[in-house]
Amino acid sequence: MDFLTTNSPALIVAIPLVAAFIIPLINRTGDRVRNTFTIAVFALISFLVAILAVNIHTVGIRIYTFGATAADLAVPQGYIVPVRIIFEVDAMSIFMGIIVTVVTLAALIYSLHFLKGKTGQGRFYALMMLLYAGMMGLAFTGDMFNLFVFLEIASIAGAALASYRTNLADAVEGGFKYIVISAVSALLVLFAIGLLYAQYDVLSIAAIAHFIQYTHLDMIALGLLGAAFVMKLAGVPLHMWAPDTYTVAPAGSTPMILAASYMSMYALYRVTFTIYGGFINTGAIGWTVIIIGLLSMFIGVMMAVHQTDIKRMMAYHAVSQGGYMLLGLGVGLAVIADPAALASYGRDAMNGGVFHIINHVFYKALLFMAAEAIFFRIGTRDTNKMGGLARNMKWTAGFYIIGALAIAGIPPFNGFASKLLIYESVLKFNPVLAVIAMFVSLVTLASFAKVFYSAFTGPPMPAYKEVKEVPRSLIVGMSILAVLCIFFGLFPGLIVNTIVAPATDALINHASYITAVMGAVP
Amino acid sequence: MELVPANFPFLASALLVGVAFYIILFKRNLIKLIMGVAMLASGVNLFIVALGYRAGGNAPIYTDVPPGPMVLSVPQALTLTSIVINVAVLALMLTMVVHIYRHTGDVDSEKSRKLKG
Repeated sequence: MDFLTTNSPALIVAIPLVAAFIIPLINRTGDRVRNTFTIAVFALISFLVAILAVNIHTVGIRIYTFGATAADLAVPQGYIVPVRIIFEVDAMSIFMGIIVTVVTLAALIYSLHFLKGKTGQGRFYALMMLLYAGMMGLAFTGDMFNLFVFLEIASIAGAALASYRTNLADAVEGGFKYIVISAVSALLVLFAIGLLYAQYDVLSIAAIAHFIQYTHLDMIALGLLGAAFVMKLAGVPLHMWAPDTYTVAPAGSTPMILAASYMSMYALYRVTFTIYGGFINTGAIGWTVIIIGLLSMFIGVMMAVHQTDIKRMMAYHAVSQGGYMLLGLGVGLAVIADPAALASYGRDAMNGGVFHIINHVFYKALLFMAAEAIFFRIGTRDTNKMGGLARNMKWTAGFYIIGALAIAGIPPFNGFASKLLIYESVLKFNPVLAVIAMFVSLVTLASFAKVFYSAFTGPPMPAYKEVKEVPRSLIVGMSILAVLCIFFGLFPGLIVNTIVAPATDALINHASYITAVMGAVP
Repeated sequence: MELVPANFPFLASALLVGVAFYIILFKRNLIKLIMGVAMLASGVNLFIVALGYRAGGNAPIYTDVPPGPMVLSVPQALTLTSIVINVAVLALMLTMVVHIYRHTGDVDSEKSRKLKG
């Protein structure tokens, strides 16, 4: 047990990486063996994530040094900077880790029946494991260069998954857009890493944060990193890839690609709060984030309203909901230098923004899966061609309702809890922003209600008379997320206190992240 | 007076990055776009490897080391990793373009486009 606790950060990334290369081999022995193996491996990983989460909750920040005599020996005797590869797991990292693990579990179960009879299943599961390893590595990494490496692993696997259905022309196009955006943004990140390395001769995030002087080159690096991560998290005006990629990706992988874009948001927060934490007290960076958030919210929802493709509409809503998170964190960032304002509303705004990440990933993953369940049965995503589906697909309709009410911020679903936190705190910061946020929420409700009426209600369509409910594994995958959506909505206080508030505090107190590695340095 | 100015590699990498962005933003042929990404990668790699250059430095091999400063090998290691990753990315991009060409018969980004709005 001690061995597992100590080495869990490394194992959580290493096991899926190894599994990704074993799965194509096992695939030769048959579908059933491969599925059992994949589920068993992922159950083991989930168990390790749970152990690590409990451990982080009790002892706080943890570091894992590869190749050192002791896992927490970051700076060897006689050195003043860390020289080994370090994983650093704080409350924010494990928060993202929990999100990714739950979504991957649901997506994995969903895919079991979804892919039945399709070709290339072995490669699909292998890529899923690779994407999972990339995302977990991104969450846990303690140095900038591995951040780039894991970003690329996640991008390559994500793009390959998005274009899994290569028999459809649009699927390949969506995947191609994703890989182009990912490659360009990853190279911008690498360029910024070069700029930081040139000045401070270190790659560890904590060491860079320790030595940083906020020179002009650092500002350029911050600009490059910000642009790269905003591009990857689909913030307006760099959102154009998101609707295409989310629309065409098969349902098992859409939630994971969605989670991957929030891993970029995590990387953005890690860079701004941890590396530039001591210098972001001007308010300008905070307002930049707020404005990107507002634009994403507004333009995303306006583009969503008139879509007829159900997944494309949801993808534009994903852009719009990303704006809420940026708004919450931006308000916290703008007042981070003012302790009174931070205590009064800044921290709550950040709590709301962080809480909205987990809520949004869960209900949006549920909605994408419900949309793909319809596509699975009737073969179209066009809402104008659907109708009366609730008669035959009761479970799917129910899951869609849960997801739609959650995204619109209706109690008692999880979207309500985080949106309320954001409204209340942003109202104190600037009432205009809160009003815009509420307006966007209303439009969201309208657009989901419209799709519900056109797809699920109405007279039965003769073409869909024989449509059956989706197979069991799809329902199980969706119900995991649906149950969590309701649970998070019923007990928001519990969730905020146990996982969200520690994550927010980990972002605010960037000094603790630095001392965990650089502690011995005078 | 040196034959080549010390910041020549940085100017070259800036030029590569600039041309690469022009290609990525304004060229419609998908193969040219991939070439742009490859040039961007080369520019960034050149930048990082140039950071590690020290005039008169020795290679970091500890046997029979001549006197003088030794070069830290981290930038070279980073560049090598980055080159390998970019090979994978470019290969994936090219396979996708092959698929796009098979489906639409065109590699022009406007003519082969299916997803709009």
